[in-house]
Amino acid sequence: MTRAPLSLKIAALGGLAFLHVPLLFILLYCFTTEEKSYAFPPPGFTLKWFGVVWERADIWAAVGLSLKVAVIATALALVLGTLAAGALARAKFFGREPISLLFVLPIALPGIVTGIALRQAFGLMEIPFSFWTIVLGHATFCIVVVYNNAVARLRRLSPSLIEASMDLGADAFQTFRLVILPNIGTALLAGGMLAFALSFDEVIVTTFTAGQQSTLPIWMLSELIRPRQRPVTNVVAVLVILVTFLPILAAYYLTREGEAVAGSGK
Amino acid sequence: MSLATLAFPEPREGILRRVSDVLVRRARLLTLLLLVPPLLWIGLVYLGSLFVFLGQSIFSIDEFSGTIVREPTTATLLELFRPANFDIVLRTVGVAAAVTALCTLLAFPIAYYAARYAGPKVKAGFYLAVMMPLWSSYLVKVYGWKLLLAKEGAIGWFAGKLGLAGALETWLALPVVGGPSLSVSYTGMVLTFTYLWLPFMILPVQAALERVPPNLIEAAGDLGAHPGLVFRTVILPLAMPGVVAGAIFTFSLTLGDYIVPQIIGTSALVLGQAVYTLQGTAGNIPLAAAFSLVPILVMALFLTLARRTGAFDAL
Repeated sequence: MTRAPLSLKIAALGGLAFLHVPLLFILLYCFTTEEKSYAFPPPGFTLKWFGVVWERADIWAAVGLSLKVAVIATALALVLGTLAAGALARAKFFGREPISLLFVLPIALPGIVTGIALRQAFGLMEIPFSFWTIVLGHATFCIVVVYNNAVARLRRLSPSLIEASMDLGADAFQTFRLVILPNIGTALLAGGMLAFALSFDEVIVTTFTAGQQSTLPIWMLSELIRPRQRPVTNVVAVLVILVTFLPILAAYYLTREGEAVAGSGK
Repeated sequence: MSLATLAFPEPREGILRRVSDVLVRRARLLTLLLLVPPLLWIGLVYLGSLFVFLGQSIFSIDEFSGTIVREPTTATLLELFRPANFDIVLRTVGVAAAVTALCTLLAFPIAYYAARYAGPKVKAGFYLAVMMPLWSSYLVKVYGWKLLLAKEGAIGWFAGKLGLAGALETWLALPVVGGPSLSVSYTGMVLTFTYLWLPFMILPVQAALERVPPNLIEAAGDLGAHPGLVFRTVILPLAMPGVVAGAIFTFSLTLGDYIVPQIIGTSALVLGQAVYTLQGTAGNIPLAAAFSLVPILVMALFLTLARRTGAFDAL
């Protein structure tokens, strides 16, 4: 293959830089001494904001709520997404296409539509805002992430493995536990991690289903609209990057190694 | 693993076995049982709420009492075509189109390099470099641009150091794209959206480019086409489905967003903000529902057109 023209190299690297430089600036501003503006270059550097964040109870309450919501929403999405994937991966029946479209709908439609629709439904059924209304909203769009991962893996899983298991005398539940689950395990883990990251980061639907509660993204949004101690927001932003990034990196490696699972050689 | 090391579980007797036998023999029943819980959730809870909300677009609001009149009418839907409201629609579609164009422009070189020139290692690096920002926090990314675009922020400083302060001033003095500072202009809003959705464009374009058969490119070269002509007549048409697939994301995500315009951009409303204000402080749910139909309809139209170009194979 020929070598890339220099202009193409520059354009490609420039594009990648465009994707990463803003995140570096967030890191830089964690250490600035200026808290009233985004003055560049920062007039001085300090580590005190990390201490300030450590002391702030409101931030940690928001982190706690976000983590709890993400864990429960992910668990729900794992169960429901796997069930949906199991039903739709191989079966052929009338209405299969519309149903699979239905599971994608919550992330295909604008988040604001989903959010208001849920809020209206809660209002109509006189359900007060609570921890569970947030979870309900999040699980709705987390299902599709798990579903996508599970369905892709299930389609690669050779049916002869399942037939062999049954021929050897295992019943459907044993086959699920001993053959199917080990084969789709990493895909579920990856889907679960992506769902977790998605939920931990979600702000649009949450604004409509949280009422007065504050998840971490809601806290950040209020800081963005009415900034108080700006570097504090930066420290929290870096924290958020870490919490969402690690599961995603793990999910990437899990699905990549999963390309070579047993029974996929077709 | 050799067969000898596998411990075969004893075939079970009893109720579980009998349930299992029924499920294995009647695959349709199994499918149905698997589908019921997720369908109850998505079909009933989610779709139900959607219909309740969007259905209110055929109701209207009583101008004096501010209550919803539950009689079918087309008045609310027609209100969308009032100049003030239609402007919001046009403005939002314009921003979405600009974002899509800019995303395509930035994504192409990255996707092209990764698809045609990068070795396996560089390609994996590119993939991670695109996925990392894609999955980092949405608000954090918006925040990054607020820092950069602020009047006292980094872009202004670098422009000054590079002697481009004058150019920046001139740009900001322009009508439509300009404003008092980058963070309260359409330029800033489009840049931020472009940054947010760029990975969604890179991935499908790269997938489409990887499927361009190399022998077609060689054949075009053998027949005397210079690289520019090969690009225009062979590579670009074959990459189009990827661009359309990416545009589905960049376009729809911009249409529905109301957070970015709230933080970066002018005071003129876009669709998402209009919906947000209408359902909140204004309490006009019917008009909010009517406005919500716009992105859904625009995207439905877009998807129908996209289907014809084969964009769905590039997803």
